[in-house]
Amino acid sequence: MTRTLLHDARLIDPEQGTDTRGWLLIENGHIVATGSDAATPEAEERVDCAGKCLAPGIVDLGVKVCEPGERHKESYRSAGRAAAAGGVTTMITRPDTLPAIDSPEALEFVSRRANEAADINVLPMAALTKGREGREMTEIGFLMDAGAVAFTDCDHVVRDTKVLARALTYARGLGALVIGHVQEPTLSAGATATSGKFASLYGLPAVSPMAERMGIDRDIALIEMTGVRYHVDQITTARALPALRRARANGLDITAGTSIHHLTLNDLDVAGYRTFFKVKPPLRSEDDRMAVVEAVRDGLIDTISSMHTPQDEESKRLPFEEAASGAVGLETLLPAALRLYQSGDLTLAALFRALSLNPAKRLGLPCGRLAVGAPADLVLFDPDKPFVLDRWTLRSKSKNTPFDGQRMQGKVITTYVAGCPVFESPNA
Amino acid sequence: MVFDHAHLLGIEPLSQGDITTILDLADQYADLNRRDVKHSDALAGLTQINMFFENSTRTQASFELAGKRLGADVMNMAMQASSIKKGETLIDTAMTLNAMHPDLLVVRHPQSGAVDLLAQKVNCAVLNAGDGRHEHPTQALLDALTIRRAKGRLHRLNIAICGDIAHSRVARSNIILLGKMENRIRLVGPPTLMPSGIDAFGVEVYDNMEEGLRDVDVVMMLRLQRERMDGGFIPSEREYYFRYGLDAEKLSFASPEAIVMHPGPMNRGVEIDGEIADDINRSVIQEQVEMGVAVRMAAMDLLARNLRARAAGNGEVMA
Repeated sequence: MTRTLLHDARLIDPEQGTDTRGWLLIENGHIVATGSDAATPEAEERVDCAGKCLAPGIVDLGVKVCEPGERHKESYRSAGRAAAAGGVTTMITRPDTLPAIDSPEALEFVSRRANEAADINVLPMAALTKGREGREMTEIGFLMDAGAVAFTDCDHVVRDTKVLARALTYARGLGALVIGHVQEPTLSAGATATSGKFASLYGLPAVSPMAERMGIDRDIALIEMTGVRYHVDQITTARALPALRRARANGLDITAGTSIHHLTLNDLDVAGYRTFFKVKPPLRSEDDRMAVVEAVRDGLIDTISSMHTPQDEESKRLPFEEAASGAVGLETLLPAALRLYQSGDLTLAALFRALSLNPAKRLGLPCGRLAVGAPADLVLFDPDKPFVLDRWTLRSKSKNTPFDGQRMQGKVITTYVAGCPVFESPNA
Repeated sequence: MVFDHAHLLGIEPLSQGDITTILDLADQYADLNRRDVKHSDALAGLTQINMFFENSTRTQASFELAGKRLGADVMNMAMQASSIKKGETLIDTAMTLNAMHPDLLVVRHPQSGAVDLLAQKVNCAVLNAGDGRHEHPTQALLDALTIRRAKGRLHRLNIAICGDIAHSRVARSNIILLGKMENRIRLVGPPTLMPSGIDAFGVEVYDNMEEGLRDVDVVMMLRLQRERMDGGFIPSEREYYFRYGLDAEKLSFASPEAIVMHPGPMNRGVEIDGEIADDINRSVIQEQVEMGVAVRMAAMDLLARNLRARAAGNGEVMA
């Protein structure tokens, strides 16, 4: 059996919170040993990492692949390539396709497509209610048997609290993880920006950041009522954080994520009605952004996701209010997240805790760590290498990135899934 | 002062000097418009297309007249009845028109930012005739010209803008313009009709007309849209008129020389008392309409000069 040794690496271990020089040994697709001593074990294959960073591959919670329905925007093949190039080794896919993934049959279809077309791990989520319409719960048990790792209606908020309470109670009985989008849906109806000076100057219909706090308040009450395992897809405002902190302190089983766009951009970026910056929820003020970064540092916010949402040119080349929401993020997640490292806000270990370890832990996956026995899903990257992003070089079928033309730092050199390289940078 | 803009998309990109340049030229056109022969050849040979994606009578007529008095070939397109209904996107419509080589495109659109988007895709000069709740630059310029002619200056004035600020592009453009010209601006209206983040605009906010109008030099009333009157934003028309409608009693709190303005069309008995609107000693509403034509002539003339300079290979002119 071949053994692969990655030596002279900067090992980023989010579990231990360490960033040390060392080596890592892979056998049978798993990590079998790590160390920092000069004497390295014997191995058939040796890779000199030249002091670059080696971290557990990213577990991206909430990726949209547009199969079925809109394969021209993103397929499992194109998403798989983009993910591998971005250091993402596990994609947790969203069910907000056309039609929604709300039956075991639909889930089996996407699992089969994913296995055929993508080199990286793909784990699907399923809808919580049929058609994501918030009226009847899906077959949560059958969907779990078919491989659904979590249940979510994505950006559709279940308005009827009774329906949601029943779905959460039923999910609790099966131990299912439910992922919610916290928004007060009537307050945020029609909004395309966050209320404030900017939205008023630009004349865009806006929602108060308070709508997120109202959403989380309701859902926390329901978690207390039902005891369900619950994860908030995106916390984006300062106002929602105290509620989350209290719920944690009260021992509720609640975790929370945020999106890379809300961590690195703010509402002023929309200036000039740039539709590539239209995301859902809308970009927030700089004060909110800084509060969310701090919450990631403190560990109050557990996960960072790309919220990869492919949109073709036609759905973005419209007046701002009519344009589709969402941004692609699989390939830019790591360099954008590294901005928080470059700015001194987060250590690399803290960054990978949110990118890899925490999402894996929340979903009960063995990956996301550098521990012995864990799958050898790894990313080797240069955290400093500068480049200017050209959106036409992205591997996603859709090129709707807000980072087009921006200076970024950090390039993936090699991505490993189960010890095999699935991406190798052509110019490394 | 050189006016070096390719389009007139809003007041926001204009400097004090730009605004003064437009108003000075508009003053000359206002004189021309009062003569027997109201004609100039400033736009002779140029094609002006008015594209209104939203209903308008006055603004469209004003732009049409302005173009014709300057000798342009003017075409009106009622976009509500046309290809948009057939599913064509805004950009495709723009590309189609662009292929017809217009020189001046006057656009009104119900969505904020739509005119900016269109301007990125065409080669001609674009004038924003109102986009969503964003800007309505020629309205703010005609208001400024009216104030300047009535008051003799356009700075250090106390100006109250009253009514539905939140949904008004006229209010936004006026706040920006009057702020740039260094006036004190007060916004008066019920809190439901105030935009968010208003504290950051450098204005004073009042929810009471008597306090808001105290000693002001200019009272600018805004139109209250019918759809806001049904209990969503204000309880009723009559309560609104009682608390915020401009009548003689409320106007008595303003400076005795204060002028009254309204962008039209007016809802008499909702935001303004009919007698105030018609009082020739206080109301400058008819002058606003007159200045509208002059300001639009000036804006189109300046943009056309830049077009010609660019065509002549004089590369300095771009914005």
